[in-house]
Amino acid sequence: MTLKLKNASCGPTAQAERLAPAELGTRIAGCVSEGGTLLSLFALELADGLSLCALLGDRRESVIEVLLAPLRCDSYPAITPLAPQAHYFEREIAEQYDILPQGHPWLKPVRFHERWRKGAAVFGTGRPAPGVWDYFKMSGPEIHEVAVGPVHAGIIEPGHFRFQCHGEDVYHLEIQLGFQHRGVENAMPGEAARRIFIAETLAGDTTAGHATAYCRIAEALSGEEPAARADAVRAIAMELERLANHTGDLGALAGDTGYLPTASFCGRLRGDFLNMTALLCGSRFGRGLLTEGGVRFELSRETGSELLSRLREAERDTAGAVNLLWQSPSVLARLEETGKLKREDAVALGLTGVAARACGLEIDARTDFSSGHYKIIAPEPATCASGDVYARAMVRWREISRSIRHIRQILDTATGEIRLKPCGAFAPDSVAVSIEEGWRGELCHAAFTGPDGKLIRYKITDPSFKNWAGLALALRGQQISDFPLCNKSFNLSYCGTDL
Amino acid sequence: MKFPARPPVLPDLFRGLPVLTGQEIPAESAALCPTGAIKAGAKPQIDLGRCIFCGRCAQFAGNAVSFSREYRLAASTRAGMLHAGGEYPAARALDREARRIFGHSLKLRQVSAGGCAACEADVNVLGTLAFDLGRFGIQFVASPRHADGILVTGPVTKNMQSALLDTYAAIPEPKLAIAVGACAISGGIYSGSPETCGMPESIPVDLYIPGCPPHPITILDGLLRLLGRIR
Repeated sequence: MTLKLKNASCGPTAQAERLAPAELGTRIAGCVSEGGTLLSLFALELADGLSLCALLGDRRESVIEVLLAPLRCDSYPAITPLAPQAHYFEREIAEQYDILPQGHPWLKPVRFHERWRKGAAVFGTGRPAPGVWDYFKMSGPEIHEVAVGPVHAGIIEPGHFRFQCHGEDVYHLEIQLGFQHRGVENAMPGEAARRIFIAETLAGDTTAGHATAYCRIAEALSGEEPAARADAVRAIAMELERLANHTGDLGALAGDTGYLPTASFCGRLRGDFLNMTALLCGSRFGRGLLTEGGVRFELSRETGSELLSRLREAERDTAGAVNLLWQSPSVLARLEETGKLKREDAVALGLTGVAARACGLEIDARTDFSSGHYKIIAPEPATCASGDVYARAMVRWREISRSIRHIRQILDTATGEIRLKPCGAFAPDSVAVSIEEGWRGELCHAAFTGPDGKLIRYKITDPSFKNWAGLALALRGQQISDFPLCNKSFNLSYCGTDL
Repeated sequence: MKFPARPPVLPDLFRGLPVLTGQEIPAESAALCPTGAIKAGAKPQIDLGRCIFCGRCAQFAGNAVSFSREYRLAASTRAGMLHAGGEYPAARALDREARRIFGHSLKLRQVSAGGCAACEADVNVLGTLAFDLGRFGIQFVASPRHADGILVTGPVTKNMQSALLDTYAAIPEPKLAIAVGACAISGGIYSGSPETCGMPESIPVDLYIPGCPPHPITILDGLLRLLGRIR
């Protein structure tokens, strides 16, 4: 039996292929070597016991295969040695379900919470203190360690960073998060009325992205399709979110190179894009815009033309501000060759989104697993091959132009009356998967229902969860003073990882 | 930006202070509020410290609730945020002595304790040229030793509790504490999560700024009221 799902659809859990835990690793490694993606890997408790679940994405066929590996004991052979992109997922599984992935190269907690079930006592039996664990260590003369966080300078989320340095040179960076852990995966199956609002705040800067991913899960499980116009409004909100964040990031990169004109302009322009989202729904972050079965705000012709005229101005101003970067040799000298990642490392780590496309990988969920309005029309993926901070900046800039063009192309189909299609009961004993290309990369939501149609497991994978390892690797061989610039070029979410 | 000399420009659909028309809100309608911010009954009440301004109550509670465009939402006390529809009490200014100390130069250390990065973003934006927080003598600083107070966002996760307390303890006396956003004030949508613990009692809050996230102008208005720059 096999269960291959189209994006934003559901199928019977019983139909998913069952295989031995030892085979799961081989299948994941095979999928990755053929250009596929490990979208998510997690554990769950089904009626017949504890099981691992892998979601494998086939980009050519636009399908997601659901694989289940039932576990007979509290350990299994680790998958990471075969497929490095499983490394963080397996730490998460060990922490949540207390299952030991035997042979995992660097097993430690991701979030420092109490285990969800009692198993192999992988990380002991109590609640581990946040961030307190073994770290990679280098020793020798003139070797030193720099520890930063959880509270950082500036207004930023908390996390702990350990640099192993020889003089100014970084040999290794280890990133330890978990401080923002709010327990959202366990909260999602609870009260249905809160789910959309939790989804909106999984990563606050990706409200439209995560809310869309969640709504499509609810719609798939209840068999509802939102109105085409609602899907178009969602796509506009997602592109505006991309515009605001990419513009803000380009400004921040300029700021970190000490180039203030672009930093200042982009700071304001980011606000202009946020205010366009507020034009749609009253909130700069798109709060309250989406709901299961559609959107809560219609787009009038008048608002549509106001949006068009604001977009025109913002496009001109953003081009003016950003093009200054490409014309300034002193800026380019800081961006080029800094924080460089190889294409094969990006593949091995399973990087996604901007970070992957900046290593020349042409992957983008809007075209590879298109859903909603992206099935009709999707922007062409923007890539850049050099893998450095420059490439990550350039991909953002190319995406800015394409997102603006995309909004223009679809605006007419978004304006007008929208009928909400409320979602009813969920299909029993089913699994639904939903993937969206958030502004950082692929967001993957998966949900399992029990025999009564109630949610028994909700799994969220934010692109940051996959990309932090990319940032750590990009720092190798860099000067420690390059960290802010490298960090900004990824701009990953702490809360999206910590959940 | 001419604010505070001139009123701010806000989006047409902006959801600010809720207006209660005096109609009854039945318990089953109030129960639909995702954060339990509504007290049902003949004299209903909305707790602005819990409200995430999603606007759902304006749908499910018939005509009993609507949202105005009033952005001045900061409050000095938790009780002051229980809004029954009358006049909403504006945040009080610090006393004379505190204004003498903080009024011309206020340095704040921001701590995100489980925040989703939206409150953080709308605090951060005050530093851009558009808002230009520096013109009021207010600045965010890296070291708590340089700070006059703390500005907290997020529901305070168990994993951030000790770092938050350490940061607060490192700020020299006298010091202020400001809670920004529904999460920091009441836990917001994460209230009741076994992984969050709320603002520690040992951090007495001087200013509450509601919202999810609050509009930057709401935050700025709150800070300026605290310093007595707006009355």
